[in-house]
Amino acid sequence: MTSAPPRETEAVLLQKEDRAGPWRTALSSQTAGPLAALVLAVVIFSATTDSFLNPGNLSLIAQQSVVVGTLALGQTLVILTAGIDLSNGAIMVLASVVIGNLATDGNVFGALLAGLAVCLVLGLLNGVLVSQFSLPPFIVTLGVLSVLTAAARLYTDSQSYPINSEFLTALNGGPTFGGVTITYGVMLWIGLTAILGYALTQTAWGVRVYAVGDNPRAAALTGIKVKRVLLSVYLTAAVVYAFAAWQALGRTPTADPSGYSTANLDSITAVVIGGTSLFGGRGGVVGTLIGALIVTVLANGLTQAGIDSLYQQVATGILVVIAVAVDHFVRTRQTR
Amino acid sequence: MSTDVVLQARGLTKHYGHVVALDNCDFDLRAGEILAVIGDNGAGKSTLIKALTGAVIPDSGEITLKGEPVHFRSALDARRAGIETVYQELGVAPALDITQNLYLGREQRRKGLLGTVFRKLDKAAMRQGSARQMADLGIRVQSIRQKVDTLSGGQRQAVAVARVAAWATSVVIMDEPTAALGVRETNQVLRLIERVRENGLPVVLISHNMPNVWEVADRIHIHRLGRRIALVEPGSTTMEEAVAVMTGAKQPEALA
Amino acid sequence: MRINRVAAAGLAAGIFLTATACGSDDSDSSSGGGSGNSDVTIGIVELNLSNPFFGTLQKATEAAATAKGWKTMKAEAKVPGDSATQVTAIENMIANKVKAIVLDPANPTALNPVVKKARDQGILVITVNATLTPIEGADATFATDNTEAGKLIGQWAKASAPANPRIAMLDFDLSDGPAGGRHNGFLEGYGIKDGDPSIAGTALTKGTIETGQSAMENLLSAHPDINVVYTINEPVARGANTALKNKGLADKATVVSVDGACSGVQDVKDGIIGATAMQFPSKMGQLAVEAIDKYLADGTKPTAGLNDSGTTLITDKPVDGLESQTSEWGLQNCWGEK
Repeated sequence: MTSAPPRETEAVLLQKEDRAGPWRTALSSQTAGPLAALVLAVVIFSATTDSFLNPGNLSLIAQQSVVVGTLALGQTLVILTAGIDLSNGAIMVLASVVIGNLATDGNVFGALLAGLAVCLVLGLLNGVLVSQFSLPPFIVTLGVLSVLTAAARLYTDSQSYPINSEFLTALNGGPTFGGVTITYGVMLWIGLTAILGYALTQTAWGVRVYAVGDNPRAAALTGIKVKRVLLSVYLTAAVVYAFAAWQALGRTPTADPSGYSTANLDSITAVVIGGTSLFGGRGGVVGTLIGALIVTVLANGLTQAGIDSLYQQVATGILVVIAVAVDHFVRTRQTR
Repeated sequence: MSTDVVLQARGLTKHYGHVVALDNCDFDLRAGEILAVIGDNGAGKSTLIKALTGAVIPDSGEITLKGEPVHFRSALDARRAGIETVYQELGVAPALDITQNLYLGREQRRKGLLGTVFRKLDKAAMRQGSARQMADLGIRVQSIRQKVDTLSGGQRQAVAVARVAAWATSVVIMDEPTAALGVRETNQVLRLIERVRENGLPVVLISHNMPNVWEVADRIHIHRLGRRIALVEPGSTTMEEAVAVMTGAKQPEALA
Repeated sequence: MRINRVAAAGLAAGIFLTATACGSDDSDSSSGGGSGNSDVTIGIVELNLSNPFFGTLQKATEAAATAKGWKTMKAEAKVPGDSATQVTAIENMIANKVKAIVLDPANPTALNPVVKKARDQGILVITVNATLTPIEGADATFATDNTEAGKLIGQWAKASAPANPRIAMLDFDLSDGPAGGRHNGFLEGYGIKDGDPSIAGTALTKGTIETGQSAMENLLSAHPDINVVYTINEPVARGANTALKNKGLADKATVVSVDGACSGVQDVKDGIIGATAMQFPSKMGQLAVEAIDKYLADGTKPTAGLNDSGTTLITDKPVDGLESQTSEWGLQNCWGEK
């Protein structure tokens, strides 16, 4: 049964992967489809409206994407482990009203830290229930969502807090290039995407997150502490949600308990359109960033084209179905 | 062939309430051999394997590894001692590539600050290592960067075997590794098992497939009612005889 | 700490309400109609209380009922348009033999069957804030005439508009009764129709600050010359103002709205909103309870159809021929937290 001499085979194996190169990695992955959809949408709206393709509007699209886009980064981590987080919007809203309330005393930095603490405690709650008690993430986060929605209302008596602090709204500012502002919020969003992208693709933690979402049993057999990985994912996501709360205060200088009531579903939409599989183990944060931009581009472009905004929901829905169908196709084709 | 005993057990006993899963059971694995373990369903094969891999702690009895007594408290203990196991179900992550699967849970980091502070993986080194491992075992794939879900069932099990062979330093245990595979793919995995032996690791093969066992095993451990009832060689015992002993239709003394 | 304080306050309020309810029982203090007794239970079915308007309406109705010595059963929609929860709640209330139901319908038609069932059992059903279709589906309605409210701000906008008006309309789902009424009222007051060239663009919001802001940003991107902004409510007006401010256009555009919440009136005072049409949710609840009291006392049903609970134009830039009140007056009479 002797085949080619072993050393030669080894060289061939490595050579082939070298030929693949970084470009193929970037394009062959799940980001290629979403990127194509984004480019297509941009081209169509640029051709059909006068106002879409100008630097000011493109900057606006980025600004409009940051809050849900940041939430969606945390959501990506959870979905990669084959979970789902229905509570992320409510966690963000509770954190933002706590920040808004405490900031009225003037200690804005302390208020922001308190917001982070709120997120971490709730992330820990979700994480412990999912990892230690093996409860389904859907049910856990649905329950937490329900409690938090009421909690934010009770805490604020359904009133909103105007935010006057320069520090808390700082993310809405930023350098201006030829009349176009690139806000710190947009930079933070891209920065978080880069950091999480690095953690997922370049560290052992990332590989284990994918493995736990892909095949938790196999991951456990290799000695990976699955529960610990799950908990770390929910806690990391919670930190990301705290950034989202800060983003929300920067973008709309009001801490509003009735705002962002569909941000949880919007973040899932961005993740799915971005090519991450709801079954876990496949996808990534760069796709999610593109997915969030696609959703915003549709809303922005259709409004400018004078088309009823209900069609925006139709278009988004179609994209979600396409994304899920593609994922299903990929998974079944490869499972022989 | 060396006759040094690598893994040995004497008088292993394990009770679950009134049920006796292991009854004063002995076990011997020599260096450089493929030892098949056969037995009827419920004979206690899997409890034996669990005891040898730390998944079950026996009530009494002794296990020695390369002459040293060992007391495994967990699967991790056994793994640290160099015993690795391949399971019937595919113990691979299909969405990850071959290299990631081979190094799962044992990832290598870069040297220096990149590794210690930024926790950066040394992907180049891991690819080198996995290419060498795949080549050593003669496993044919296009590239070690292929995702495992692009592989056939036999290739996937080959990745699982390669993984285990890469990290095992003393024993490789394979629990029904071909049960989920077709004929052609089963043959691929059998060749691979032989290759693992040639590369110097003794293999324990648990299987229901008698022709496969007679094809590759050096010795056969026949398990019945919680103990080793016979230890035979495929050259001197026929399948029919062994099956008769295994099922209790024939006394072990009747064997040659 | 804050949470504790809120919880404590809520607990205290609960004890207080219970105490007053008991007090009414003991003294049998019947105010006016003479139906004051603890055997009467009425149902209060509100929309999602995340909106302070509905909270104000619910609290006012409950307070008025408690003052009569009545018990109350309360329920609310979970999200805007959630009629299913309301249907279940009314079914429970029928089973519990309430005497009357004060309903803020989430949908104009979806509740018709269950309301008919309640009325067939002799339960008086009064809708507040919104109406059923047909309006006769309920015994009576106490609500803002939203078309009138829209008309007031439409007329004001027309009178104070620049020479070349470019109008943005930030709507809420127009199948919602009040939202449609305000939209059409505004157009009528302004003297234009849907599709008029002076309308630069329309966009749908969810009636919240952040959706108002995004919608305004998108419209401004396409039409930076927008100078008149109609908004469905004051949170959307607030969001629109943020969008205008970010583009440095806040001084060039006039924003009109509907609601009269204290925060909105404050925005009128601060010049963020040009004019708003104030509603009186507390009055709706009080009028509804008075009508129930009369019915229980002598069987007199309230006047069927829409009983206007009143609308007042609030602006600090009054125009000739249009009655209005200042923001100072507005702050005295507004609803919600100041």
